[in-house]
Amino acid sequence: MPGMFIDVEVDAKVAADAELTKKLVEVCTVSIFAAKDDGTLDIVEDNLDECVLCDLCIQAAPKGTVRVKKLYE
Amino acid sequence: MRFYEYESKALFAKHGLPLGTRQVVNSAAEARAAAEAIGGPTVIKGQVLSGGRMKAGAVKFADTPDEAAAEFEAVLPVIVNGESARSILIEEKSPIAHEYFVSVTWDGRRKLPVVLFSDMGGIDIEEVAETHPEHLSRTHFSTILPLSERVAKEAIGAVGVTGSDLNKLVPIVYKLIQLFLEYDLTLAEINPLAKLDDGRFIVLDGHLDMEAEARGDHKALLAELGIGDDETRQARPPTEFEIAGARVNAVDHRGVAGNVVEFDGNLGLIIGAGGGSLTLFDAVRKQGGKPANYCEIGGNPSMSKVKNLTKLILSKPGVDKIAVMMNVVSNTRVDIVARGVIKGCIEAGKDPAEVIAIFRIPGAWEDEGFKILAKHGVEYCDRSVSMYEAAGRACAKMGSN
Amino acid sequence: MSILITAQTTFIVQGITGREAVNLTRENLDYGAKIIGGVTPGRAGRDVYGVPVYDCVRDIVKAHGQPEGAIVSVPPRFTKDAVFEAIENGIKTIVIVTENIPRGQVAQMVELANLRGARIIGPNCLGIISPDEAKMGGVGGPAANTRQAYTKGPIGVMSRSGGMTTEIASTLTAAGLGQSTCVSIGGDAIIGTSYAELMPFFEADDETKAIAIYSEPGGRMEAELAEWVKENNSRLPIVAFMAGRFMDEMKGMRFGHAGTIVEGKEDTTAEKIERMEAAGIAVAERIEEIPGLIRSALSSKGIEV
Ligand code: SF4
Repeated sequence: MPGMFIDVEVDAKVAADAELTKKLVEVCTVSIFAAKDDGTLDIVEDNLDECVLCDLCIQAAPKGTVRVKKLYE
Repeated sequence: MRFYEYESKALFAKHGLPLGTRQVVNSAAEARAAAEAIGGPTVIKGQVLSGGRMKAGAVKFADTPDEAAAEFEAVLPVIVNGESARSILIEEKSPIAHEYFVSVTWDGRRKLPVVLFSDMGGIDIEEVAETHPEHLSRTHFSTILPLSERVAKEAIGAVGVTGSDLNKLVPIVYKLIQLFLEYDLTLAEINPLAKLDDGRFIVLDGHLDMEAEARGDHKALLAELGIGDDETRQARPPTEFEIAGARVNAVDHRGVAGNVVEFDGNLGLIIGAGGGSLTLFDAVRKQGGKPANYCEIGGNPSMSKVKNLTKLILSKPGVDKIAVMMNVVSNTRVDIVARGVIKGCIEAGKDPAEVIAIFRIPGAWEDEGFKILAKHGVEYCDRSVSMYEAAGRACAKMGSN
Repeated sequence: MSILITAQTTFIVQGITGREAVNLTRENLDYGAKIIGGVTPGRAGRDVYGVPVYDCVRDIVKAHGQPEGAIVSVPPRFTKDAVFEAIENGIKTIVIVTENIPRGQVAQMVELANLRGARIIGPNCLGIISPDEAKMGGVGGPAANTRQAYTKGPIGVMSRSGGMTTEIASTLTAAGLGQSTCVSIGGDAIIGTSYAELMPFFEADDETKAIAIYSEPGGRMEAELAEWVKENNSRLPIVAFMAGRFMDEMKGMRFGHAGTIVEGKEDTTAEKIERMEAAGIAVAERIEEIPGLIRSALSSKGIEV
């Protein structure tokens, strides 16, 4: 199920980058990011609403490529 | 965590405390066979955790195996404080010359363990303390200095016991102290500790309580006694609703959303933290509210834990609305709890605006939380509304004050 | 002034690399605490928000001199050892945050502390805060939240519940009553320092004019406080809030903290309230009554706050 409160968007360029994917998986404490078998990014929809708005993912990727959206605003 | 008498006695036996011949039985035929093997008068005792079983009729005496079988049938259905017997213990009945009382417990004020000893056993010890204080001794002992038998000797001697009785009692009391410390017990009690006509001493009845926090350290013993992890051993066994609540809390390690206790009202409570829950439960009852449950959330639980707890409470028959309330939080996040309860309502097929009577959790991330609540039309308040007032608002919506 | 902790108090965090400990280190530093080192065995050489990590307390003492206090935030199985280590290395004020420690171990820690002249706060507590000076422990949470709830002033607070410490402080603050020091004393059956044992500190603190406490069913701590007040002719009016009144009807059931189980008559809230009132302690029905009760108790002594 997609998030009811939070959505995370990642630019295709970043999602295809195995290095950045690894970084995103590492920084997120609530497991919203996972790596697919080919090393590209998977967003775990079930975990989206666990997002603690820490911005660590935003800081981990090039500016503007990862966006955390509050769907209640 | 309380032990049944037969479990306590198994532990006593393991540590060499003197006991009568006894057997746990589960049918009248077994009772007859056990009485035959014992060969003489017997006591038939229902195994319950609560006190007062003698008065309730869960303890009977028999002279013959046939009588033992009949008394088994008489004791088995007896309910003591709402509790039915788990099994029946049948034990040899010996002629008693005198009864003593000994108990080891913690003194929270002195922060030390204490041995209570009395030569007026078999009766309510609080009564002895009030009417015959000189017959009850209190002997504290160190938890870091070496332990020796002199603690037992002083406890017994303090009520005037001397001679060979003193010397026979010392090893019994000392073993009880060792048992108390070894198994992290909060209470190790023998009452009565009987002196028989032939001069021997035996444990007639005993009561052991293990600290819940220490269960993990004594897994081998608990397995040996056949006590499962899901046996809470509170004053009453857990209900299915409570077991489901424990499962919700066990899903992940982030925070607490559990300690669910079932009540029979119509207002579901999602409350916290520890002290806050006690405060809020009182406030609801004081204002005429009828709680469907007690629970505690805190320590920054995950969204899904809160969500599942919400769903569980909403699934309880008779629950019309829920109230979500805590003291000012600094670790738990208001927005995460708000997300959890709203999502829980929706997944349970309910409208959050309708079913959440009030949301009163001020503190960390409250601005984000309040935005979420406003978006879903849920009534919420900040710290300017007291816990008591918030509870009152919820009660008013239930039409109960 | 304040009690137990001031802006100058130096302390360490044992178990500093744990999740909770990292948080509270950050929060305490932000609130102005002087944390001179942290301990996690095997992690020497790291740092947590600039606080150097060592393998043992002795190494901190060697490198930075004697710390006055320690926060212990290690798993229950290792807590006793950590506390013994703090005590044996000359630390005098120890806040134990960890919960679920069997009381036999707590008793051992307290006995050793008594032997060495150290003081334990907790376990299962959020620590100590002297508003606008420093805090030691998780009390109040992040610095910004802490500043919102806690303000400096004349009221001492003692609470068996960490969360309710903040609720009470927040209520006092809203009523214009700041706090001298607030102590979350812990929710277990055996704790390092009880209400009555803290009273002499507040009594000796000129800034403190009155006391608010949060109490619960279970234990004899309220009776001990009532006795202390009677015997010592305390200058400080005390207002108590008693939670968990419903538990009086539910003997043997455990709600809330490990220390809250009603076993005998003396553990009930009714009995505690009676004893406290007999000792002149005002008992509030609701948290929001506390400020009014404090003001009227003080004004009857000619003190306006
Ligand atoms: S903001 Fe934090 S919690 Fe949310 S997705 Fe990014 S890293 Fe994960």
